[in-house]
Amino acid sequence: MNFLAKIVFRNILRNRRRSLMTGSAVAAGALAMLLFGGYVGYIFAGLQTNSVQRTGHLTVFHSGYFQFGPGNPAAYGIDHYQDVMGLIQEDPVLKPMLNVLTPTQSLVGIAGNFSGSVDASKTFLGEGFIPSDRNRMKQWDEFHTGSRPAPDPRLTDADLNRGLVGFGVARMLGLCGPLKLADCPAMPAAKPSGSGSAAAVVDSDLLGLAQRDAGSGAPQTDPQLQLLAATADGAPNVVSLTVAGVERQGVRELDDNFIAMNLGLAQQLVYGRGEHKATGIVLQLKRSEDMPAARARLAVLFKQHGLDLEVKDFGDLNPFYGQVVKMFSGIFLFIAMVMGVIVLFAVVNTMTMNVMERTNEIGTTRAMGVRPAGIRWQFVSEGMMIGVLGTAFGTLAAIAIALTINHAGLTWIPPGNANPVPLKVDIFGKPMLMVGTWIVLVLVATFAALIPANRAARIPVVDALRHI
Amino acid sequence: MITMPNRVAPASPQPNARGAQPAVRLKQVAKTYQVGAVDVPALKDVSLEVPYHRFSTLIGASGSGKTTLLNLIGCIDVPTRGTVEVCGEDVSELDADGMSDFRARNIGFIFQNFSLVPVLTAYENVEYPLLLVGVRPEERRRRTLEMLDAVGLTAQAGQRPNELSGGQKQRVAIARALVKRPQVVLADEPTANLDSATGASILKLMRQVQAESRTTFIFASHDPQLISHADEIFAIRDGEIVGHRSGAKS
Repeated sequence: MNFLAKIVFRNILRNRRRSLMTGSAVAAGALAMLLFGGYVGYIFAGLQTNSVQRTGHLTVFHSGYFQFGPGNPAAYGIDHYQDVMGLIQEDPVLKPMLNVLTPTQSLVGIAGNFSGSVDASKTFLGEGFIPSDRNRMKQWDEFHTGSRPAPDPRLTDADLNRGLVGFGVARMLGLCGPLKLADCPAMPAAKPSGSGSAAAVVDSDLLGLAQRDAGSGAPQTDPQLQLLAATADGAPNVVSLTVAGVERQGVRELDDNFIAMNLGLAQQLVYGRGEHKATGIVLQLKRSEDMPAARARLAVLFKQHGLDLEVKDFGDLNPFYGQVVKMFSGIFLFIAMVMGVIVLFAVVNTMTMNVMERTNEIGTTRAMGVRPAGIRWQFVSEGMMIGVLGTAFGTLAAIAIALTINHAGLTWIPPGNANPVPLKVDIFGKPMLMVGTWIVLVLVATFAALIPANRAARIPVVDALRHI
Repeated sequence: MITMPNRVAPASPQPNARGAQPAVRLKQVAKTYQVGAVDVPALKDVSLEVPYHRFSTLIGASGSGKTTLLNLIGCIDVPTRGTVEVCGEDVSELDADGMSDFRARNIGFIFQNFSLVPVLTAYENVEYPLLLVGVRPEERRRRTLEMLDAVGLTAQAGQRPNELSGGQKQRVAIARALVKRPQVVLADEPTANLDSATGASILKLMRQVQAESRTTFIFASHDPQLISHADEIFAIRDGEIVGHRSGAKS
């Protein structure tokens, strides 16, 4: 063993209890930083996975859609969207990056349930997509979060008329009974409005329009809603939606307005018999790290082909993600700073006591010919060694606790989610967290030791030898 | 306390090459300590020469300035005035690192309280000075074992200071002071913390190794046994040399 390392190690063992306490402070710092960092890292991965499963990494919109389109989706549809998709699909740069490429159609309108004794309607936010593509998107799990919902069999590409509604929509439109929903209060009986009232006439007209548009289909057993929206030309259009079930949304406002449907039905409602467009083309990539490159390539591609399109990423579409990342990053930084200060003071205190107790020894070795820098380096090395040993112990403890948590089968509901996802502490897939924790704590311990080490190096030899 | 050598030349010029030059020469050296606002003179215009290869003793009462004089000769303190030459070099002109290097190369210390490094074994304590001057490992091992053998502690090589008796500790300190073959060995009351029998054996040992190594020994002591062995005696009182007796060269 190197002579210095030998001296440093033996001096650490010389005051076992003191070194143990200081090392424990460092270990506690490492434990807290790694566990919280791993937890936060997993939250970020979970949120990102959830967002990418829903909205993909990138979405192509007609220019201006992001600012103004949601108020009038029909006016901001992408013309010849299938050609644009073909362009993206066949691009040699983008092709290997793509996992799923799929169109979506957003819409707003009024949904009504006029069956039997129920007579209710409300505004809705609709989303049209290709069910099989959506199911494939939900299998994306780059960060191995374990959040892979089973494919939803309720919607199929072939059956255009089936859709899902938010729990709040189901409640407000009286679908709790027909859908046999638990914890869903039945709608109170409405006051009779009279067969000749204006409302009854409108309801009857909507029902008639929807039935005419749907043709003479087979009798339905699932409840139906009539969806009314303005077409791109401004004319009212109505379609019937067979409600196949409920898809809870994590945000109440969305849950009270959400209706998901097949892309074809959404396009039929918005564009009628005119040219069908799409409000967005979703790109889900295989790897998130390809996002900047894909985005840049799309910009080049659109410019080359003179397409008036813009690209937004999942962060733009899910501002909540960015807010959560900022909040947890701030908390992590705060915890890291607190732990750093604790380690700093613990090491300063220990090394100061070591210097005081070994002042005579310092004088002896200085008299033997050790330079001041040698004394400084020895005490700094001791602080560094305490930092290394403490961080190593803390890392081992963090790994043990993380493994226990990860195998405990715990779940949690992320912000904005409706369904629980596995709770894990991801410190194994975060090399930067591990390296960063080591660097920070060992540097803090080393810097803390530098203060008493400098003092030790400056003690006059004669004074040090006189010290008792 | 460090493992790396201090980048000093491993060997010093041999004293024989210096002709009649003394090992230590002090010219008009004064040392004044400041205690609060008061100046306390410890040495007053001391001039002396200590020849090479002698067993020299500084005698005087407590507070007379013996230790201060040794500290100045040992380059662990600097004079307020005057010049200190050790082995022909004016050490007053050296900076802190230069003084450290000079000590590592030329001066060995034996302290009253032994001052061994407690976390090192007897072997490692003796080996330590050789590390500082960059002696190669195999040479270091040979010289360390030879030195431990010379002081009769081969069997205790692996023991730490707290496992040794007072006499054994001082033997280790002597071995440590001599292992690098310094020009000058300084000893401040080396027998003061030992019983008379042990002190006598230590004194005998020091005299023996001094004779063998022909190293210049300078003691500060009021131990009559030690004084009786001295080749040169410098009497000091109130910071001034008040007497000098030179005996036969050993």
